[in-house]
Amino acid sequence: MGFINEARTLVKENIRDYGMYIALFVIMLTFSIMTDGLFMSSRNISNLLDSTGYIAVLAVGMTLVIVIRHIDLSVGFAAGFLGAIAAILLTKMGLPVYVTIPVILVLGIFIGLFNGLLIAKYAIPSFVATLAGMLIFRGALLQVTEKTGTIIIKDDAFNAIGNGFIPSLMIVNGLHLLSLILGLLSILFYIYSEISTRRNKIKYQFDVVSKGIFTFKLVFVSAIIAYVTWILAGYNGFSWTVVIMLLVVVAYHFLTTKTVLGRHIYAVGSNPEAAHLSGINVNKITYMVFGSMGMLAALSGILFTSRLQSATTTAGTLFELDAIAAAYVGGVSSAGGVGKVTGAIIGAIVMASLSSGMNLLGVGVSMQYMIRGGVLVAAVLFDVITRKKRG
Amino acid sequence: MSGYILEMNEISKSFTGVKALSNVNFKVRKGEIHCLIGENGAGKSTLMKVLSGVYPYGTYEGDIVFEGSVQQFNKISDSVQTGIVIIYQELALFPDLTVYENIFVGNEVKRGNLVDWNKTIAEAKKMLKRVGLDVSPETLVKDLSVGKQQLVEIAKALSKDVKLLILDEPTAALNEDDSENLLKLLGELKKQGITSIMISHKLKEVISIADQATVLRDGKTICTLDGSSGEISENMIIKNMVGRDIEDIYPKRPHKKIGETILELNNWSAYSTELARHVLRDIDFHVKKGEIVGIAGLMGSGRTELALSVFGNPKNYKLEGQLKVLGVEKTFKHTSDAIKSGIAYVTEDRKGDGLFLIQDIKNNITAANLNAVADKGIINENEEVKRATEYKRSMYIKASSLEQTVGNLSGGNQQKVSLGKWLFVGPKLLILDEPTRGIDVGAKFEIYTIMNQLISEGMSIIMISSELGEVLGMSDRVYVMAEGRMKGELPIEEANQENIMQLATQ
Ligand SMILES: Nc1ncnc2c1ncn2[C@@H]1O[C@H](COP(=O)(O)OP(=O)(O)OP(=O)(O)O)[C@@H](O)[C@H]1O
Ligand SMILES: [Mg+2]
Repeated sequence: MGFINEARTLVKENIRDYGMYIALFVIMLTFSIMTDGLFMSSRNISNLLDSTGYIAVLAVGMTLVIVIRHIDLSVGFAAGFLGAIAAILLTKMGLPVYVTIPVILVLGIFIGLFNGLLIAKYAIPSFVATLAGMLIFRGALLQVTEKTGTIIIKDDAFNAIGNGFIPSLMIVNGLHLLSLILGLLSILFYIYSEISTRRNKIKYQFDVVSKGIFTFKLVFVSAIIAYVTWILAGYNGFSWTVVIMLLVVVAYHFLTTKTVLGRHIYAVGSNPEAAHLSGINVNKITYMVFGSMGMLAALSGILFTSRLQSATTTAGTLFELDAIAAAYVGGVSSAGGVGKVTGAIIGAIVMASLSSGMNLLGVGVSMQYMIRGGVLVAAVLFDVITRKKRG
Repeated sequence: MSGYILEMNEISKSFTGVKALSNVNFKVRKGEIHCLIGENGAGKSTLMKVLSGVYPYGTYEGDIVFEGSVQQFNKISDSVQTGIVIIYQELALFPDLTVYENIFVGNEVKRGNLVDWNKTIAEAKKMLKRVGLDVSPETLVKDLSVGKQQLVEIAKALSKDVKLLILDEPTAALNEDDSENLLKLLGELKKQGITSIMISHKLKEVISIADQATVLRDGKTICTLDGSSGEISENMIIKNMVGRDIEDIYPKRPHKKIGETILELNNWSAYSTELARHVLRDIDFHVKKGEIVGIAGLMGSGRTELALSVFGNPKNYKLEGQLKVLGVEKTFKHTSDAIKSGIAYVTEDRKGDGLFLIQDIKNNITAANLNAVADKGIINENEEVKRATEYKRSMYIKASSLEQTVGNLSGGNQQKVSLGKWLFVGPKLLILDEPTRGIDVGAKFEIYTIMNQLISEGMSIIMISSELGEVLGMSDRVYVMAEGRMKGELPIEEANQENIMQLATQ
């Protein structure tokens, strides 16, 4: 009785956070039923996550940009352009992968900082400044690929980023061993960190949820990690893309929730004037957020180029809008100061699941766009309504 | 008929975790001025929001009877149609629109389907005349002083054929002259048959204007005092509000220990490129360790500008002159430099540039000094919660928990959070800009006590205030400003209401 009641109030109070997960669950379940389980097959989930990677990392950066009340429209073609530069460095210049990738990431940071400079120092509205960037990078992409057309990349190490999987060590009963080990380790790490946080809270005499709910949560989350690991291990195991995506989420989640910098980003987002008067350097935060966005755009370019094993003249088209959609589905608010990076990833996966499921069902492209548009509106509407109710 | 225009019976209203009102009874007689008083968080604003339909019928319990019939308002426009108009604690005008547009927004004067602007302007003129505001209806609202904006709000209410006018702390942001004007206007409206409810923390006002006064405490009706039988006195109000007697609302400091000079300004001037004029001119000023220096003056006399120019200059004024902290000349490039030198500034506009309204109490309290609870940039959350809890407790912040969103706190509790945020920084010099605006007597007393405590620990305080009583009651020395200049400096023994006002209006 007490258990059910406590669970109910928890869901009620955190509906905004849980809503997204529930939506993802419903979408996955629906598609599974409609495709006779094909949707949840190892192969499909693996593909789905790999094709989410380059949008998901953009969505993480975009979430922070929107949190500080700006927007970045340039990231799509910036990713395309930087991907092409990577291809040129690898093929024409013959640079090795371990030099190319850092160079591209640093270039991305500079692009982001330049946007930040226009926006923070010269007070050009971010919409305009990055719209200009979008045009410029689109032109730049065409320029560098003009003579050659599509640049084919033959570097195996580079191509593995978007297509390869982590080594298996051993195959046990048709399952990928290293992936299983990684999955198990993350479960153990998750349980350990949850228990130590709870201990600490009890030590300081703060409110914690009851033992029942706590155990339930541990079991539930562990089961999900185990299930996803199981599915992936049945195919080729974790892909490098999934590993990179997880690293980005973990790093950004830590940065936004546990650090002074993260807190300052949300402070600037919720009230820039108050942030300034609290001694927070608003311009510096703007540079950092746009710099990080640029770096993630570069990463997105690398992931995408590697996945296609080539740089094309249209790479990056509409990435920015997909990333913005994912961020909004993930619960970011344009009023500033609200939005989580974990939400962005879930948002990206929701959008990718929709495409993937509809592809499996043979839904036409025209319908797909309209349905994804509808889901975007529904997600934001849900957000607005629940916030009003609670406010 | 009962003679009551409004009866609110057994009203209860809860938010998640807090019972803001429990079985409140509130009756207002036709044609009177009824004051609603009580401590911060007592539920005054909430009661008025129930009345005006901000919280629609069904989200509260109890009955609203207006002019003899039970009302069920589902939205604000329902109550407006019935003749109930509320003017909120925060003004709701559009600063970039003209006065006449503001008066008739949402209530446009139409000919057919189009707005009849000529008639609108003519009507607006009539309304302005009724509230005694002598400005052209074509003035932009942002060019008016707060006092005049307040009158525009009232003109707007009158244009809607108001029967019951509700004002939530209308004089909190006004200087004494403007306040007096406003109160006179309420008297005028009363003669025209308009009933008013006024929420106020300024007891003098309540005493001078109220026909009746209802006291709320902790979401309950304590009593209704009657003016005609002389019940509305300072003692009675305080006793019922706080639940105990407060002997002297300005607590005494037993021993003063004045030390070396903390802050010194010489020939200090500031030019605002935005306004294209000097906001400060040739200011000489100093504060010593262990003293409270009051700065008096009218609205717009440059007091806030002085504070900002010292506090890292966030408005980017062009500064001239000399600023010394503990005898060393300094130039601050950013507010963070000023904070590092031990200066803190508690803004007069807590909602605008003081607080992060969508964040919780904890995040607000630690916002300006996160490094105190962090190690190498990583926040120690347990330590943070522990420290924030200490501040919440020692400042008597009334909230359901540390995780309550600051935007949902009552005005006075927001002010305490705003002050707490700066005490958490541990400054040497605390600049308080209108520190007790919108704060109840009990909380004022608490804040004054905290100020004295800080002083005895060796801090210095600059207190900018439009409340002369407070300036005279708390300061060791008083500066008076007018038009961006320092008009005089008075030791507290010589300062009084007359000579301060004389310097301020020179
Ligand atoms: N939306 C809300 N959610 C949660 N609690 C709320 C909300 N609005 C008000 N409260 C709580 O209800 C109580 C009454 O608040 P209210 O604003 O009515 O006080 P008040 O008497 O107007 O105080 P003040 O004089 O400081 O303005 C407070 O404890 C406040 O924290
Ligand atoms: Mg109030």
